[in-house]
Amino acid sequence: MAKEITKQVMQEDGTRIISAEKKFSFKKFMLQWEWMLVLMFVAVTVFNLIKIPNYANAKNLFSATRDFIDKAIVVFPMAFVLMLGEIDISVASTMALSATIMGVAYQAGFPMALAIVIALAVGALCGFINGIILVKFPELSSMIVTLSTQIIFRGIAQIILETQSVNGFPAWHTQIYTAKIGGIVPAALIFVVVEALFFAYLLHYTKFGRRCYAMGNSTTVAKFSGVHTNKIKIIVYTMAGLFAAVAAIYLSAKMSSVRSDIAKGYELDIIAMAVLGGVSTAGGKGRMLGASLSILVIGYLRYGLGLMNASSQIIMIVVGALLIIAVAIPNFRESVGQANWFRKLKGMFVKKA
Amino acid sequence: MNKVKKFFSSNIREISLIIVMIVIAIFVQIRSDGNFLSGENINDMLKETAVLAICAVGMMCVMVTGGIDLSIGAIMALGAMIGSTVLKGNQDLPNIVIVLISMGVGLVCGLINGTLVSRLRIIPIIATLGTMNIFRGVTYLVANGSWVKQQEMGQGFLGMATGSFLGINNLIIIAIVVYVVATFFMTKLRTGRKLYAVGNSEESARVSGIKTGRTLTMAYAILGAIAGLGGILYVCKYGVAQGETCVGYEMNVIAACVLGGVSVTGGTGRVPGVLLGAILLGMLNNAMPLIQISVFWQEAIRGLIILLSIIANTLIRRNVEMKALRRRNI
Repeated sequence: MAKEITKQVMQEDGTRIISAEKKFSFKKFMLQWEWMLVLMFVAVTVFNLIKIPNYANAKNLFSATRDFIDKAIVVFPMAFVLMLGEIDISVASTMALSATIMGVAYQAGFPMALAIVIALAVGALCGFINGIILVKFPELSSMIVTLSTQIIFRGIAQIILETQSVNGFPAWHTQIYTAKIGGIVPAALIFVVVEALFFAYLLHYTKFGRRCYAMGNSTTVAKFSGVHTNKIKIIVYTMAGLFAAVAAIYLSAKMSSVRSDIAKGYELDIIAMAVLGGVSTAGGKGRMLGASLSILVIGYLRYGLGLMNASSQIIMIVVGALLIIAVAIPNFRESVGQANWFRKLKGMFVKKA
Repeated sequence: MNKVKKFFSSNIREISLIIVMIVIAIFVQIRSDGNFLSGENINDMLKETAVLAICAVGMMCVMVTGGIDLSIGAIMALGAMIGSTVLKGNQDLPNIVIVLISMGVGLVCGLINGTLVSRLRIIPIIATLGTMNIFRGVTYLVANGSWVKQQEMGQGFLGMATGSFLGINNLIIIAIVVYVVATFFMTKLRTGRKLYAVGNSEESARVSGIKTGRTLTMAYAILGAIAGLGGILYVCKYGVAQGETCVGYEMNVIAACVLGGVSVTGGTGRVPGVLLGAILLGMLNNAMPLIQISVFWQEAIRGLIILLSIIANTLIRRNVEMKALRRRNI
């Protein structure tokens, strides 16, 4: 147990400053979820190294990230949404809608740069709509609202594009996917790293981030402590929408075309990545480091299994099982430890002191 | 007079749903030159809705306990896939055996979900998100890349969806039976009431002597068995079983429940409401092609109607509560 040292300093004008410093505890440090993820990542890497010849090839390993960057971009803002104790199922549809509108705008003769700006605006607007509805109707759960906006956003994309696809984007747009710095590191990866650092800073080192934690623990308490809960909720959802649009631009560069059915089912993958990273869907728990690590774990697991010619079915099963095991482990001691059969079993081996 | 008022305020959800349905029905009836409310079309519509309505009952059991099950589509596919694979080998098996096999598979899947949620204390949405991937993966493995086609199923089995009893399609009859049993279970039986108790507050339910773990597991097991039934009926209706059966179906089922007034936070929701929610969704699916709404517009309109009716319901409920408060003041 970490000892908390509470200091009280009386000031001249009669107010007090209370500060609590946590004493560094090695045991607590080692019991962090991030270590578990590091172990998983090492396990995945070792597994891949043994099974795949020539796996240790920096160029290929960096290229592999390009397959999951589209999801990774949205994981960080999604972690913020989950941190509030809310959920956003509509991100994948937001991706489809903003990509669709970008394609249509380009087709209508707008310059590509302007089309991208429009796509970002559309994504942010979608997130803003989610946020506004949730703030105006606090009785509704975010699951339901984003479930219906998910259908609506995808529906609008279908109205616009029907079954057509838009392609023929300028060459520099494809560069978003293909560009590599020094011939090795994909440019988009650099973007994701910067994004991760930005979100980590936002969550851990700003008032905004601490307020998000407070809201996740209890929105009511946060509200009465003077946190503008509505404002924060809207900002967080708008952020999710905006970065969904960023991911959509990357995805359209990757596929070099746009259809209304892109990114179907991404929302669950994205949520799974955030949750494996230790972000609790109940809110108030989680760190950006964990989210970043879990992206690497799932991403490279998929990559390795893919190289081994494992069928996509096996990959689905493995990822599903990994998610459940990962979430079950922290609960294991309290849930199984209190179960009757476990106590009886323990009683057979361990004598009561 | 007071009784009438009380009836209205306690059934506000169902009444507002019926009003929405009547408005849509009148509108569509006029636009479709009277084709909508013909006996044949209503029979068609209910037949199309039956599977969704059956599955919605299972989802309701889980949502009433405060959980959610994203794996329902995958369970349906797995149950149906195993059921129809058995059928492919020996077509002369009676239908009931196939249905029971599918339900049994569903039950096992549901028990797994229930154990994860109740014993290992995993948050339902995450646990079922994981099992959704697993069950779907197993379905693909069982399917092994091929389909079970109509010819391989045999007329005896396919007749289950096309045949009728007393002029009513079998699927509708099965749905009616499920709803009668569910109404009895959820309102009259102690076991059913325990689901509500757990959903309202797990802690107080435990203190009152309810075995909450067992109740939770049961809810997921019921969902599994019902999903197995729904899956095999779905396959029977469309005459093909494949790996992708019912992908994304969970969202339809959840939407039906939510429209029917089941709260995701648990503790509220009634069987008639769920039925109305499912029928409303079925009605939209049936009505939109009738009044020549383009296929591409249908999804957006469906989403918009879901969103609007949820919001309308919140506004109505606020109004009712406000009136109740005002009455107390005087």
